[in-house]
Amino acid sequence: MAYADSEARRGGGRNAVTLLEVKDLTVSFPTADGTVQAVRGVSFTVDAGRTLGIVGESGSGKTVLTQTLLGLTPGGEISGTADFDGTDLLAITEDQMRKIRGAQISVIFQDPLTSMHPLYKVGWQIEEMIRAHDKSVSKAEAKDRAVDLLRRVGIPRADQRVNDYPHQFSGGMRQRAIIAMALSLSPRMIIADEPTTALDATVQAQILDLLQKLQEESNTALIMITHDMGVVADIADDVMVMYAGRAAERATKQDIFYAPHHPYTKGLLESIPNSSARAERLKPITGQPPSLIRLPSGCKFHPRCAYVMDRCLTEEPSLRPVGEDGFHSSACWLPTAAAGLGERAEEIRIKTVREERSEAAAGIAEGIASAPASPRGA
Amino acid sequence: MGVPGAERTAAQQADGQPAPRPESDDDILIRVENVVKHFPVKSIGFTRRTVGQVHAVDDVSLTIPRGKTLGLVGETGCGKSTLARCVAGLIPVTSGRVLFEGNDLSRLSRRQMQPYRREIQMIFQDPYGSLNPRQRVGSIIGEPFAIHRMASGGERKRRVQELMERVGLNPEHYNRFPAEFSGGQRQRIGVARALALRPKLIICDEPVSALDVSIQAQVLNLLADLQDEFGLTYLFIAHDLEVVRHVSHAVSVMYLGRLAEAGPKEPVYETPRHPYTAALLSAAPAADPNTAASRQRIILVGDVPSPIDPPPGCRFHPRCPKARQLCSQEEPQLEVKAGDPVTHVTACHFPVEAGENLAAAGSRESGI
Repeated sequence: MAYADSEARRGGGRNAVTLLEVKDLTVSFPTADGTVQAVRGVSFTVDAGRTLGIVGESGSGKTVLTQTLLGLTPGGEISGTADFDGTDLLAITEDQMRKIRGAQISVIFQDPLTSMHPLYKVGWQIEEMIRAHDKSVSKAEAKDRAVDLLRRVGIPRADQRVNDYPHQFSGGMRQRAIIAMALSLSPRMIIADEPTTALDATVQAQILDLLQKLQEESNTALIMITHDMGVVADIADDVMVMYAGRAAERATKQDIFYAPHHPYTKGLLESIPNSSARAERLKPITGQPPSLIRLPSGCKFHPRCAYVMDRCLTEEPSLRPVGEDGFHSSACWLPTAAAGLGERAEEIRIKTVREERSEAAAGIAEGIASAPASPRGA
Repeated sequence: MGVPGAERTAAQQADGQPAPRPESDDDILIRVENVVKHFPVKSIGFTRRTVGQVHAVDDVSLTIPRGKTLGLVGETGCGKSTLARCVAGLIPVTSGRVLFEGNDLSRLSRRQMQPYRREIQMIFQDPYGSLNPRQRVGSIIGEPFAIHRMASGGERKRRVQELMERVGLNPEHYNRFPAEFSGGQRQRIGVARALALRPKLIICDEPVSALDVSIQAQVLNLLADLQDEFGLTYLFIAHDLEVVRHVSHAVSVMYLGRLAEAGPKEPVYETPRHPYTAALLSAAPAADPNTAASRQRIILVGDVPSPIDPPPGCRFHPRCPKARQLCSQEEPQLEVKAGDPVTHVTACHFPVEAGENLAAAGSRESGI
């Protein structure tokens, strides 16, 4: 299946065609209450034909990160570079960005209802996109292309439906139409921001299937932003887990799911109800994500981390390699060998923590153990 | 805290309501019998004639034993929330009966319904929309006491703070506004409010779908603990099948206003008989790449049809990979299929057999 294909592709070498290389991207928004540090020094690459899943909870910075790449975060203080095939997306003018946005990089948003104009026909909205970027295309030609695109994304009777208004489409069909629009100029990269979150499971399956099929056909790079580990397991090749504006861990899909190193990644996986652990209690991550205005000291995850050590309170770890492939990296002070969900990894974690913890950290760990996730003990 | 049983009966008698009659099956808390709920569709204009009916819930029956959780799953528009509102007595049923401890709630007047409102509470999906932003938390959680004139003054405050502590909120935050809490904490406020009158049944309508995964697990654990502690019965509605699987004892699957399949959790999840259940289960994303890669996903064709004019025969037949002529002519009834336990019922003429590959059948038609 699609997954096996991408594995085969990897055999040809990881950095076959790097399309986008983001380095040390930082975005902050000054507000009356203080500076919101939405993204703090994130680096990653996306290769042509591959899918990068960006996972994180609300407020982890995943959406701001990708919006910034497209110049859609006005008012933000931005630093870093984003090399898209030789062009630094963060340094170009708005005019230059307009030529890239839609044509080279297109976006699919979460809410299919509000991402279309309710008063214009679906077909017209696709035609507008085509003609905005290429004035030489005639109206009739643009319409033909719109019908073609709608057909390609699986809209039945596309030649008639092209004249419908968005409200005449169901949620799933609207999202298909949005995808058609995103594909209309054969972009080299698509950013999909929670594209299936508003959809039902069976429709979500249709849309993920469609995205995968289209990607294989056209070798497009895909950035899939989601909070759903299930979607990532399905469609991603590589995964970046974000927490409080930073990459907590970055690895291939296999490593993220079967050999996670960062306690946050591990916590995310363990808090998902799944069939294997059905009868047991869930293991939630205690506490709340931090405020991006008043971030904790040191590692931003330490107030919720069961493996908190002394240095976590004062020093913020940055991504460093933890796997043999040189790609798997984690921003955590635990030793490299602590990657994994098995007992051996847990032993290493516990042993390290015991050696590296004095009173302050032990106090936090105790607080976590007795936190009101289950108020029974309280 | 809470109301002793004697007091409750007295209150009902004062309202002219007979005391609950002794029951034949005491372990069934709620029994829904052939409930139908149609909403009229009015024409636009002066006359406002009724031009059609939305068949939101059509002839649905289910029972929930005391202290158990029934999971209700289905896609948007399948009628699961409407059914929940009928059970809660928030909207009248078109026909059918809702029996709570043997008493038919669907025939009661507003006034007669009052004592039962204490017994049935709801937790809603949206932790932002379901709390009044201008009301302080203490008064939100204390409102059920005010409505039912139960505790007042210092006593009410004490009870509210007990509840806050029980659901994992800091009782010192009594005077805060909802905006000062995160999504997960707000959902805890909703849980505390539902718990205030010590109800027997709590209807949870998508209680965790608006929450982040790590927070979702906190709330699910809380609901499980409360069930153990207070012997609560839950009607749990969600579209996330893994969540439903985790919390439920039995599961009912709805499609376009009707039950497609119902039964104990294990057989429904392990060996689904209705093609819709099978498709739904195969479509749910598994947070496990190896499962995701090896799984045969049944991709259904098209969307859920309009409930104003549901398809004839089996309502699922236009999207069903197994549909045959009979399916469009005759509506299948819920019945026990060969080899299934008697509690596992399916409404399908051609149920899924063990080892059958529906994914292959589905892709054949995906061009339509």
